[in-house]
Amino acid sequence: MNSDKVLDARGLACPMPIVKTKKAINELETGQVLEVHATDKGAKADLAAWSRSGGHELLESAEENDVFKFWIKKG
Amino acid sequence: MSVKEMTAKEIAQKVIKKEDLFILDVRNQSDFNDWKIEGESIEIFNTPYFDLLDGVEEVMERIPVEKEVVVVCAKEGSSILVADMLSEAGRSVSYLKGGMKAWSEHLEPIKLGDLHDGAEMYQFVRLGKGCLSYMVISNGEAAVIDSTRMTDVYLEFAASKEAKITHVLDTHLHADHISGGRQIAEQTNATYWLPPKDATEVTFAYQALEGGNVVTIGNTAIDIHALYSPGHTIGSTSFVVDEKYLLSGDILFIDSIGRPDLAGLAEDWVGDLRETLYNRYRQLSDELIVLPSHFMIIEELNENGSVGKQLGTLFAENHGLNIKDEKEFRAMVTGNLPPQPNAYQEIRETNMGKMTPDSEKQREMEIGPNRCAVR
Repeated sequence: MNSDKVLDARGLACPMPIVKTKKAINELETGQVLEVHATDKGAKADLAAWSRSGGHELLESAEENDVFKFWIKKG
Repeated sequence: MSVKEMTAKEIAQKVIKKEDLFILDVRNQSDFNDWKIEGESIEIFNTPYFDLLDGVEEVMERIPVEKEVVVVCAKEGSSILVADMLSEAGRSVSYLKGGMKAWSEHLEPIKLGDLHDGAEMYQFVRLGKGCLSYMVISNGEAAVIDSTRMTDVYLEFAASKEAKITHVLDTHLHADHISGGRQIAEQTNATYWLPPKDATEVTFAYQALEGGNVVTIGNTAIDIHALYSPGHTIGSTSFVVDEKYLLSGDILFIDSIGRPDLAGLAEDWVGDLRETLYNRYRQLSDELIVLPSHFMIIEELNENGSVGKQLGTLFAENHGLNIKDEKEFRAMVTGNLPPQPNAYQEIRETNMGKMTPDSEKQREMEIGPNRCAVR
C-alpha cells in the first residue's frame, strides 16, 4: 500500500509508538497516509482505538516478521 | 508534586482491607472493558492515554482530591506519562509498577487455618486473574496444589516456612492459566501428580493421581485424599485435605459451577458434571470447607481476602447446585457459556508440554479474566 510518510517506531515501548504517530500525522495533510512500523504488541489495539478517537482511518494493518505495520489516513 | 510508585501488592492489600483507592485506567477501552482491577472500595475511571496526550485538564475534574489516586496501564509506560502530567498539574498521584501485567501475576498468600499436629493450610490468591492455589505445610514438608507459573512465590514461601516441597498436584489440566506444577516438581525433586485421564497427551513423566489415592505430607501425616470428580474436564479430581478442606478444582466454585466445554466436549461432559455435583459431592460431609481453583467476582472474597465456604452452605446457596431438573441443568451449562478464556487452546498445550512459549508469550497468553465458570 502506498504511503506519504513512513514512521519507524520499532523497538519503542508504549506510549512512544502513539506519541510519535500523533506527531507524525500532525505533519501530514488531510487525506495523506502514514505508514507506521512498530514492535510493541500493545500498539496494535491502541493504534486502532487512537485512530478512531482522533477521526483518522486505519486503512490496513499487517504483521511481518514480528513487525506490525499500519497504514493510517489522516482525517 | 512527585510521582510515586505503587506495587501490585499494595493494591491487593487495599482491595482486601477495603481501603479507598481511585484508579485512573489509561488503557484502551476494549482492554478495560475486558478486564480491570476490582474491589469494593475501588473507584475506577477509564480514559485512554492517547486521548490525554494534549493535556489532562478534562480528566482532572473526574479525579477526586480526597482519595489516593493511582494511574494504571498495561505495562506501566503510559501510566508514568499520565501520572507525570497530573503531577505537573499539581496532583499527587502514583502509578502501578509493572502495570496490569504485574497485577495479573501478583499472588497474595493467606493462611486459611491449622490442620492437626501443627500443620497449616495456605491459599494463594491471584486477585488479578481470579486463580487460587494452595500449600499444605506439615512438619517440614509441603505440597503445592494448582500452582500458577509464578513458581518463585511458592519456592520462597516454602523456604520461609523451612519446608521442603515434596508433592505437587494439579486437580486437572488447566485451560485458563499455565501451571507451574511441572517446573516446581523439577526444581525440588517433588512428585508431580496429575489425573491420568487429563494427562493422556502430556509429554513428560508424572505420577497418576486417581480416586482413592492418598498423598501424605510430613511425618505427622496430613493426608490428601483424591476423589475422582469429572465434569470440567474428564480427569478432574478433587482433594480432601485432613478431612477438613475440599479442594474442588474447577468443578465447584463459591457462587457458580465449572464449565464443561473447554476441551470442546460440553455435551459429553455435562452428565459427569451433574453426577459429581449432585451425587458424589452430596456424599461428603457438609462441614468440609470448599476451596476452589478460582473466584469469579470480588464478592466471593471472605473478610480476610480468602475464598472458601462450607459445602453445606453451598448446597443451600449456590444456584448451580440447586437445579432440580436435569434438562434445565443441561441447558444452563451448555447453552449459557461465557466467552472462552484468552488463548485457552495454547494454554492447554503448554500444560501438556507440547509447546514451550517464552515467559513474555506466557504472560500474554494469560492476560485477561479466567472465565472458567457458568453462573
